[in-house]
Amino acid sequence: MSTTNYITAVCSVKNGNVGINNKADFTNSSAASSVDFLKSVYTHYQLSYPKFYKMDSLCKLAFLTSELLLKTNKITDTYTAEDIAIITSNCSSSLEIDTEHQKAISNKENYFPSPAVFVYTLPNILIGEIAIRNKIKGENSFFIFNKFDADFMCNYTNSLLNTNKTKCCIAGWVDFYENKYEAFLCTIEKTKQGLCIENNEEQLNKLYTNNY
Amino acid sequence: MKVFVASDNIVSPLGFTSDENFEQLKKMQTGVLLHADSALSAEPLFVSVIDTQKLNTEFEKLNVKQEYTRLEKMMLLSVTDALSRNKKIDIENKKTLLIVSTTKGNIDLLDKTEGEKFDTNRIHLWEAANVVARYFNNPNQPLVISNACISGVVAIILAKRLLEEDKYDTIVVVGADIMTHFVVAGFQSFKAISPQVAKPYDAARDGISLGEGCGTIILTNNQQLTTDNQQLITVAGGASSNDANHISGPSRTGDGLLLAIQKTLSESNMKPEEIDYISGHGTATIFNDDMESLAITDAHLAAVPMNSLKSYFGHTLGAAGLIESIIGIHSMQQNQLIGTYNYTELGVAAPINIIKETRQATINNCLKTAAGFGGCNAAVLFQKAENLKN
Repeated sequence: MSTTNYITAVCSVKNGNVGINNKADFTNSSAASSVDFLKSVYTHYQLSYPKFYKMDSLCKLAFLTSELLLKTNKITDTYTAEDIAIITSNCSSSLEIDTEHQKAISNKENYFPSPAVFVYTLPNILIGEIAIRNKIKGENSFFIFNKFDADFMCNYTNSLLNTNKTKCCIAGWVDFYENKYEAFLCTIEKTKQGLCIENNEEQLNKLYTNNY
Repeated sequence: MKVFVASDNIVSPLGFTSDENFEQLKKMQTGVLLHADSALSAEPLFVSVIDTQKLNTEFEKLNVKQEYTRLEKMMLLSVTDALSRNKKIDIENKKTLLIVSTTKGNIDLLDKTEGEKFDTNRIHLWEAANVVARYFNNPNQPLVISNACISGVVAIILAKRLLEEDKYDTIVVVGADIMTHFVVAGFQSFKAISPQVAKPYDAARDGISLGEGCGTIILTNNQQLTTDNQQLITVAGGASSNDANHISGPSRTGDGLLLAIQKTLSESNMKPEEIDYISGHGTATIFNDDMESLAITDAHLAAVPMNSLKSYFGHTLGAAGLIESIIGIHSMQQNQLIGTYNYTELGVAAPINIIKETRQATINNCLKTAAGFGGCNAAVLFQKAENLKN
């Protein structure tokens, strides 16, 4: 069980910055809101995925981070759909859009619950969005922690890889609540390539806390 | 390494213990009833709701001074009962972990009048889990799974995997969700709620019934920690998958669920013809039940007796995987196949073998399946210990 696995690529989106493989790649400190910043990332990288505009903020953040990660490391060319797992976590679940849905149903005079909002009131919808975009069909689990748990995340991904439940993991943290956002996703594989950083608690924490 | 079921509990409108619930199901009694409650819905609707007075009366017996939410009361009662049935389980031990499965947690606190009574952190799922861990003096940070309607099954699979690593020897898996205007209004906006009691797999099915409840399964990798007075059940295998099709609808072909079932059978070293019973997801929407019938057929399981418990408990979201697994475990222990309440005539895309009336049958291997929003699917296999193959 002590086989070493490797963090092969990393992407983080936080504090008005995009970091790819440990290097600052895009900065925009003038965005009026978190959502405006996310839109500026979409524009800057000339991404083309009209569904982006339908997504809630949490899924927008997850989409952008995963998109830039998987452009850096094209795991879908290497592995079959069922051999890629998506293991993600956050602190605030889907509370950002939950609050919106709650508002829509609280006003008796202006009562308008919308299925387009309600569908996003589950945190794992972001896994679904990443899976649909990239045709990924492997294991999926969404965890809630009060803060990023590098110890659990590296142990669980190592366990999935070492017991052959998956050949590659997309793992990390995607949180959006009250105009604050933080995303950190990485690819973890059995083979030495890309960033080639050992998947352990210390390294994962270092990559997560890295500021650009 | 084997993973054994050490104890369990269900809290639902049908009872506050697993046995009470199972007895009601044997008699084919449903908890889904017509409720006229303007706080839930402008129109009366069929839902499975725990009587608040009954819940509070049961909770008072725990003799606690602190204020707890509806969700937390259900979880504390459920875990307390499960622990009382197996005195060997030490919840305060460092080798005991708590896993909580929930989709919405204390979502009723978003409503200002409820929310004012508690600290703002309480709305967070991790804090609801911490409340339970603190109540029982469990020393470990609990894990929380929030993966839509497969949460409960994913939590059981996670527990099995962690126990196999032997960092913990006991894991208490508790799944709960409450009935709220939040959830009712959302499913109403989808036009997904049936005007009657849900009719899983039936030709006349027309939507889901919602429910609330809580289920607890205590798992251990140490056979010494199981009790002698009941048939031993193990968790033989399990897997999750995504069908990568649509965030609010299942794949039309059932390929995602098929994948989860195939991985589960393979991990369990089991052939389709060895499965004696399938506890399906069976939400009674047109698309879900069609999708399931295709996946079950493609997995060569079409002849296996199968039911859905959604017409008894309603769809209890994060609790469903646990409650339905516990009924599956008791079905194995008592060799009883529970009939699908309100089912009369098959009406799904591929012919499958739906159990109509409750009957005796030897059940050695039970497959539990689930599917949910976000395209997720999961399956887990329970096996009688005397039939262990691995």
